[in-house]
Amino acid sequence: MQFFIQLLIQGLSIGFLYAIAALGFVMIFKSSSVLNFAHGQLLAMGAFLFLVFAGWAGLPIPIAFLATLLGSFVLGFIIERLFLRPLIGEALVEVIMMTIGLAYMFRGLLLFIFGGNLFNYPDFLPKNLSIQWGAVSVPPVYAATFIIGIIFLLLFGFFFKYSSQGIYMRSVADNQTAALSLGVHVRRVFALSWAIASVVCAMSGIILGIINGINVHQLGDVGLKVFPVVILGGLESIGGAIIGGVIIGLVETFTGGYVSTSLREVVPYVLLVLILLLKPYGLFGLKEIERV
Amino acid sequence: MRAMMRKPRFHPCGDFRQRYQEELTIFETDFGRVWLVIGLVALFVVIPLVCKAYWLYIINLIGIAAIAAIGLNILIGFTGQISLGHGAFFGVGAYSAAILASSCGFPFYLSVLSAGVITAFVGMVFGIPSLRLKHLYLTIATLAGQFIIEYLLVHWTGLTKGPEGIILGRATLFGISLSKDRSFFYVVFICFVIMSWIAANLLRTRFGRAFIAIRDNDRAAEGMGIPIFQYKLLAFAISSFYAGIAGGLWAHYIASISPEPFTLFLSVQYIAMIIIGGLGSIPGAVFGALFITILNEVLSGATQYFMNLGGLSKVALTIAPLREFVFGLAIVLFIMLRPKGLADLWRIVRSSFRLWPFSY
Repeated sequence: MQFFIQLLIQGLSIGFLYAIAALGFVMIFKSSSVLNFAHGQLLAMGAFLFLVFAGWAGLPIPIAFLATLLGSFVLGFIIERLFLRPLIGEALVEVIMMTIGLAYMFRGLLLFIFGGNLFNYPDFLPKNLSIQWGAVSVPPVYAATFIIGIIFLLLFGFFFKYSSQGIYMRSVADNQTAALSLGVHVRRVFALSWAIASVVCAMSGIILGIINGINVHQLGDVGLKVFPVVILGGLESIGGAIIGGVIIGLVETFTGGYVSTSLREVVPYVLLVLILLLKPYGLFGLKEIERV
Repeated sequence: MRAMMRKPRFHPCGDFRQRYQEELTIFETDFGRVWLVIGLVALFVVIPLVCKAYWLYIINLIGIAAIAAIGLNILIGFTGQISLGHGAFFGVGAYSAAILASSCGFPFYLSVLSAGVITAFVGMVFGIPSLRLKHLYLTIATLAGQFIIEYLLVHWTGLTKGPEGIILGRATLFGISLSKDRSFFYVVFICFVIMSWIAANLLRTRFGRAFIAIRDNDRAAEGMGIPIFQYKLLAFAISSFYAGIAGGLWAHYIASISPEPFTLFLSVQYIAMIIIGGLGSIPGAVFGALFITILNEVLSGATQYFMNLGGLSKVALTIAPLREFVFGLAIVLFIMLRPKGLADLWRIVRSSFRLWPFSY
């Protein structure tokens, strides 16, 4: 039973991370319908920026955190402006290959600068965060993950619900042409959604880095794990991404715990194929109606 | 006899086509035929005589990659179904050929052919999601297929022997040993010529037209009476068949295989080949295979070069990741600057020669 609860907590926290990682992905897809294969590399970019600011430059943690968010905001903006805006209206395969090309560029750059080693952040979490609950203990990193994650989910929830930019973004996601005709600056929304998504990625990259250490390859793999998550939840649904993340995290950990550790890596993809066959638009995705 | 002696066709001064068949011709003029013959002679006579063993090795790799890339271009460029699993299908082909040849004692040609057929079936299985999915969703499904096949190659140890891999005996064809690069060159390129001939002609048939109709608008194609699911499956099967043949040839050529090469990176490389070469063009697939294979060789050659300079081996270690960077950059630059690929560049060069000196 203790093993079960331990797995449950581990699965929930991993799932939560996947959910946060998937959030940025869904945001980009919702507003600009780009399937971002460079997602893992965006996570890694954020994580390494934080490492540079907090670990190497020795800034205080809150300032380093803000600097990282600012840096990734600019990065996302630049990516959209330079690489993806010229491709608006181009064929799907070109957009996909563009993000794949970007992924390899970023990966090469990060490996060139930092190498493939595992890095760790300086220890900054307060020790009293750990939760002791009967025989089960939740280490401080997981507790911090929950807290940071929930704070940011609420922040984004409010941003989309009440701020004007958030409402513009939702309108573009809903119907691009209608939003355009009502005077929404669609191009700015695209740029903004990439920038915000990149901020979200940086955040999840930092959280992943706190838990597992920072490694280019590992973070890149998480970027691919996002696909089962978003497919399960439905590509357009932020709430779906969260639920999908938690489900995938749980399935993965329980397979790893009870069946076999090697199966752990592939189970999300098997699940992905099954979902696609049974419920192609996910749990909360929009069913498109097409006209010829 | 009259057909043989018909008037040679040169470049017309305008578009005088009257029948649909004339639109379908592969060679618009007899120059094309002449150049094809010259090209074949150069390929089969000059290159094996002139090139050194290392160059022949690279040319063989290019030929194998080109076969697989043509297959992928039929799927992506003509049918519009984006597959991120082509590298895994290539691996399935390689493993089928290796297992059939080493465990079941199949002769070379039979093992390669059956590898193609087996891979075609595997490809069809992974094409089944295309019944309900398209565009992005299908792409993600093939991505999952890639990971599942990768997993099976490593963990189904009873069949694939897992990470230690399979070692093949030297291939022989009709009693001739294929261990030399030169003898394998002929095998690869005879296959290549046959496969590209099939592809070029396939696209002029009912099937090819159905593929293009599905790419351009699947709903409209369905409305016109094309059973799109069957044709999508067929496209998956054909494309995987090409990958399987290429994989089988590769397995026999490299002679020892392990699961490492057949990763997502290989699939990405194949898509990069057809993007860089030109979507929906058979010469494009060949150009792309040429470009990516040579890029790979140059980049790993550069790393090797710095490695061997002794004092600079540290430099080599730091520039090794730049290979990925350059690869990504090549894709990005091609999409931004030359979205129609090298095939389009080739067309421009050709037409400027043809129109010389009166080009507009």
